[in-house]
Amino acid sequence: MSIDTNTTDTDTTPELISKGAFDLDWRKVINTGLILALGLCFISLAGMPIGLNGRKLIEPVLSLGYLSLLWLPLVIGWSVGNEKVLEGMAATKRGARDIVAGGVVGLIGGLGLALLIILVNNFDLRDPLVNWSPQLLSVLEFDAGETTGRTGFGIVLWLIMSTVLGAFGASLHVMPKNLRKAIIAAILTVVGFAVFETFVVDVFDFLDDLIYAKKGGLKVVAAIIIAVIAFAASFAGGGRQIGAYKQAYQANTGPSKRTQTTTLILVSLALLIIIPMVTGKITQELFANIGIFLLLALGLNIVVGLAGILDLGYVAFFAVGGYTTAVLTSPNRGPDWDGIGAPLMPWWAALLVTVVVAALVGLFIGAPVIRMRGDYLAIVTLGFGEIIRILFLSDWLNGWFNGAQGITNVPAADFGFAQVKGTDPRSVFYLVLVFAAISIYVSWRLERSRLGRAWMAIREDESVAEAMGINTVNMKLMAFVVGAVLASFSGAIFAAKVGSIFPTSFLILVSIIILVVVIVGGMGNIMGVIVGAVVLIGVLGGPKQPGLLAEFSEYKLLIYGALLIWMMLQRPEGLVPNARRSRELHQDEFLQDAWLKGEVDTDDDDLPDVTGSIEGAQA
Amino acid sequence: MSGERILDIQNLSVTFGGLHALKDLNFHVDEGEIVGVIGPNGAGKTTFFNMISGMVTPSSGDIIFEGESILGMDPNQVTQRGISRTFQNVRLFANMTIAENVMVAQHCRTKQGVFGSLFNTAGFRKEEKEIREHAEKVLGFFGTRLVGYRLEQPASVLSYANRRRLEIARAMATKPRLLLLDEPVAGMNPKESAELTDLIGKLRSEWGFTIVMIEHDMNVVRDVSDRVVCLDHGETLAQGSFEEVSSDPDVIEAYLGRPLEKKV
Amino acid sequence: MTTAMRAKGAGRTNVDRFLTLIRVVLIGLIVIGLVAFIAQQIAPDNPFAKWTHEGEAANRLTFSQFRGLVVTGVSQGAMYGLIALGYSMVYGVLGFINFAHGEVFMVGAFTGFIMSNKLDEAGWWEGGAFIPAVLLTVIMCTLVATATAVIMERVAYRPLRGSPRLIPLITSIGVSFFIQNVVILLFGPGAKSYPQPPQWLKDKHTFLEIEGSKIVVFVVAAISMAGLWYLVERTKTGKAMRAVAEDKEIASLMGINVNRTIVTTFAVGGAMAGIAGILWGLVFKSVIATTGFLPGIKAFTAAVVGGVGNLGGAMAGGLSLGSAEALAPLTLLEPLGVSGVSQLRDAVAFVLLILVLLIKPTGLFGERLSSDDRA
Repeated sequence: MSIDTNTTDTDTTPELISKGAFDLDWRKVINTGLILALGLCFISLAGMPIGLNGRKLIEPVLSLGYLSLLWLPLVIGWSVGNEKVLEGMAATKRGARDIVAGGVVGLIGGLGLALLIILVNNFDLRDPLVNWSPQLLSVLEFDAGETTGRTGFGIVLWLIMSTVLGAFGASLHVMPKNLRKAIIAAILTVVGFAVFETFVVDVFDFLDDLIYAKKGGLKVVAAIIIAVIAFAASFAGGGRQIGAYKQAYQANTGPSKRTQTTTLILVSLALLIIIPMVTGKITQELFANIGIFLLLALGLNIVVGLAGILDLGYVAFFAVGGYTTAVLTSPNRGPDWDGIGAPLMPWWAALLVTVVVAALVGLFIGAPVIRMRGDYLAIVTLGFGEIIRILFLSDWLNGWFNGAQGITNVPAADFGFAQVKGTDPRSVFYLVLVFAAISIYVSWRLERSRLGRAWMAIREDESVAEAMGINTVNMKLMAFVVGAVLASFSGAIFAAKVGSIFPTSFLILVSIIILVVVIVGGMGNIMGVIVGAVVLIGVLGGPKQPGLLAEFSEYKLLIYGALLIWMMLQRPEGLVPNARRSRELHQDEFLQDAWLKGEVDTDDDDLPDVTGSIEGAQA
Repeated sequence: MSGERILDIQNLSVTFGGLHALKDLNFHVDEGEIVGVIGPNGAGKTTFFNMISGMVTPSSGDIIFEGESILGMDPNQVTQRGISRTFQNVRLFANMTIAENVMVAQHCRTKQGVFGSLFNTAGFRKEEKEIREHAEKVLGFFGTRLVGYRLEQPASVLSYANRRRLEIARAMATKPRLLLLDEPVAGMNPKESAELTDLIGKLRSEWGFTIVMIEHDMNVVRDVSDRVVCLDHGETLAQGSFEEVSSDPDVIEAYLGRPLEKKV
Repeated sequence: MTTAMRAKGAGRTNVDRFLTLIRVVLIGLIVIGLVAFIAQQIAPDNPFAKWTHEGEAANRLTFSQFRGLVVTGVSQGAMYGLIALGYSMVYGVLGFINFAHGEVFMVGAFTGFIMSNKLDEAGWWEGGAFIPAVLLTVIMCTLVATATAVIMERVAYRPLRGSPRLIPLITSIGVSFFIQNVVILLFGPGAKSYPQPPQWLKDKHTFLEIEGSKIVVFVVAAISMAGLWYLVERTKTGKAMRAVAEDKEIASLMGINVNRTIVTTFAVGGAMAGIAGILWGLVFKSVIATTGFLPGIKAFTAAVVGGVGNLGGAMAGGLSLGSAEALAPLTLLEPLGVSGVSQLRDAVAFVLLILVLLIKPTGLFGERLSSDDRA
């Protein structure tokens, strides 16, 4: 737990130590600088500056390619100023020291990049490293690169920018809190408007000519104005207002909370129904994709978050859902089905069969794995996921599932008053909304039931849960089956949306991405899962679907991996934590805090009259 | 107290890789009794409890509870039959609230499933209410310590003595007929021990449990046991009233060692 | 409570009955398949064979085909075994599956690709300079793989020491993903080829008709195992590793630097994986960013089959798995009437994993876990 040294209350914490501007922890600074250098070189060699250069953020000054490099010194500069202050320890006074540290870190990083530029100029390592190319050089040298003079210019510019950004990042620690928040707000708002241009324009198309340039990107003037507005809003206490609302909402535990929550839900629902009506197809498609993966995430949330079972083969149920629906609705299914006389039916009927099949498959896969140790279970479920995909892909079962050709010509889901098909993503989204609501309701009610408590106990201590009379095998199996059924919903909708089912849609990759969504969002926590799905699938995109940042498609898997690592290290409870889960994961800190706040129970010998009888105990 | 034999353990043995933790143990408990089990460390007492509760399977012998052999049953089946236990090193569900700890223990006595939960049926609501009420009743047994605002606090904030109490409350909530208490007063100060000894007596007199208790604190054993059994090296050393067992030379030797020959 | 302990008590619930049924069915299928194979080798047109092959007589497997399969299987198994060592050691010490270990292997294979191509450009990848070139490559691959493993431990796993076990597993999934994509971004997504090896690697040698490359695999794997055995059994470092694997706390009380030993464990496991990587490259002559994924999982299967934490078991498990994978499609599945069996080869590993965990969860040679992980 670190204490924000900008808001100390001096009666409990020791005096702040003052240190000279150059009295740095040199080892830490140099290490961090080297890490920055490595990071910058990696980003360059990964091709991000080249690939993302086409996307202008602030025309003509900043492109996404350059931003992909520039953000790193800023963030790492800020991190070098992070000081972990433990309770009772003296913190160092913020000042020039931090700025110098950030600057040095930035400088070292810049030197690393400079070194790279020189190397690329003089050697050819294109053979292994695909991005070691003239294009990279031209981007790094700011687009001229023929004369070596320009190289020098590029190097100097990077050194300066990196040092300045590093120092600036570190200086965020030195500033008073509201200034810092205002600056961050300004930066994030401008970047947000720039990066999410397509979305903003889709929703508010009057802004297109107003703030965006013709070739894309914000107009410089517009960027400045937005920054100023955001800055002023934050400075004037905008953030505080939002914080106050949030606190008021959380603090409210009385009966009016029910109405508050209900209104919130109704408002969100209204927005979700209205927005797709006014936006363009791209956004609708995006919403539909988010929805499909959200359904999967909600199901996995029950398995992983509530019951604590790490199912890495969850995609198997998605596949079963998709294939069962396809096989029962498409005339292009494998010929063997006609051979046994399986009927073709409308989508909703196929859904009923799909649910039953998914439950059975869940039981079949669950039974062997449920008694295994957690990590073995993870690998075995992964194995099952692969086995199922291999089977669907195989020539052996070609007659049923068409192998690699997949099952095409899956008709739209026909409800009489509406048809849900891929060419109308809005309809898909509404259908998804219905099922998401069902899944959310199921999660929510199960968590607060006898089953939910049993799952919690199993997560806490499985042997003891068993000793308390809980049939852990059945309970875990139940979670598995519920998860399987929810995944099959998503599979069925997916089949109707895409109009065809191919085995390549069901790689282990999908399981892992859903897992990242659940974990980054907040394991065990419905709101967290929703946030996770929106943020990850919406912004970065799904396994094969682009998100808002379509340019990042090449890099999105890398970001997913990095996010997972970072989350596990920093915040395993996720973005929107479940209070209970935070407690579980940070037990020691929680107990310390409780002790400090005086909330820990002490033995009370002086309580009146402990009769031990049933009647005497109404308190 | 009907005095019928409720638990009958016959020739129970278990070996762990060559070590005979229990050797041909014979043991019985009659309904309504409070039996104290004593013995030096490593005597096999907790293993004994692990056998009865189903967490470890014996190599030979039989365990008969209320006329039915529970040998080889899973722990949750044993609990459902009516035996529940506490643990020597308190194993609460630390991140669940106090109320939840006691509510979840009623799992095997309740039956609402997915259907009831999803549709919030009248049956579901009724059962939840009963679960909650029983939890409060059980917790109320310990006075005002584990009631009121405490119910919603996570179990991890409890003091040591309260944790032990909650552990017992949780075992009580499974509605057993036989309660196995593993060192219930370990680590408590004399005042707390005395109070808990009293409560153990009330567990039998007011709640009707039959109790088998492992304890090292001889005061507690003396004050509340009807009968005492001393184990050592997996075997029964002595059985009888507290006075008989505590003056048995074998028992004394097991605890203190053989007295040195006096040198003349 | 270990699964071993529980298995004795189980048997009365529906789930247990179902599991027993599955065990019986699987073993039954294996037995029938093998018998059918033998039958169709002896008499390719026996009625059962005709029934499973839609009226046609079965194809006999010739001796040289069979031998070829065995050689392939064992050499593949040796590589799986080398990778499995890393999984086994890390699980024995820290109690979690390092999902990213497969990527360490892939990094080794990639380093081999880069080195071998550079050496080939310099003209060293054939003739007299070949052996030193290979040695140099092996050293580089081992170093890079070891470095990867050590960095992984330092950055992603050490901060999580003491967390609930699933947390490092999830992190390792992230690491695996991350490394795969780093490689894709830096080197491009396509498959990378090794340069043409000298002729003697491609030729078959000795009466067993083993390809030169596979002989190299056997020799190198054997040397590595010998080296590992020596390290673990005869050196002080090895003793420290065994002590830490047994009980971290007591080991530290005995004056062993637990952190350093854990790093060493990762390093040694990484080295083995790196060696496996270059061997893979020599045999398959190509590598791609996803090369590590399946062999990684299969190697973990091998570790479980042999008994997790048990090093000899890991290699034995690897050899068993490799052979099973190579032989099962044609000796087991095909006689049962399954078509297109070569596609199902990957599934064999997973089925074997499930089989072992259902029948003998502690593995063929018994697991050796740290005291914190034993129930």
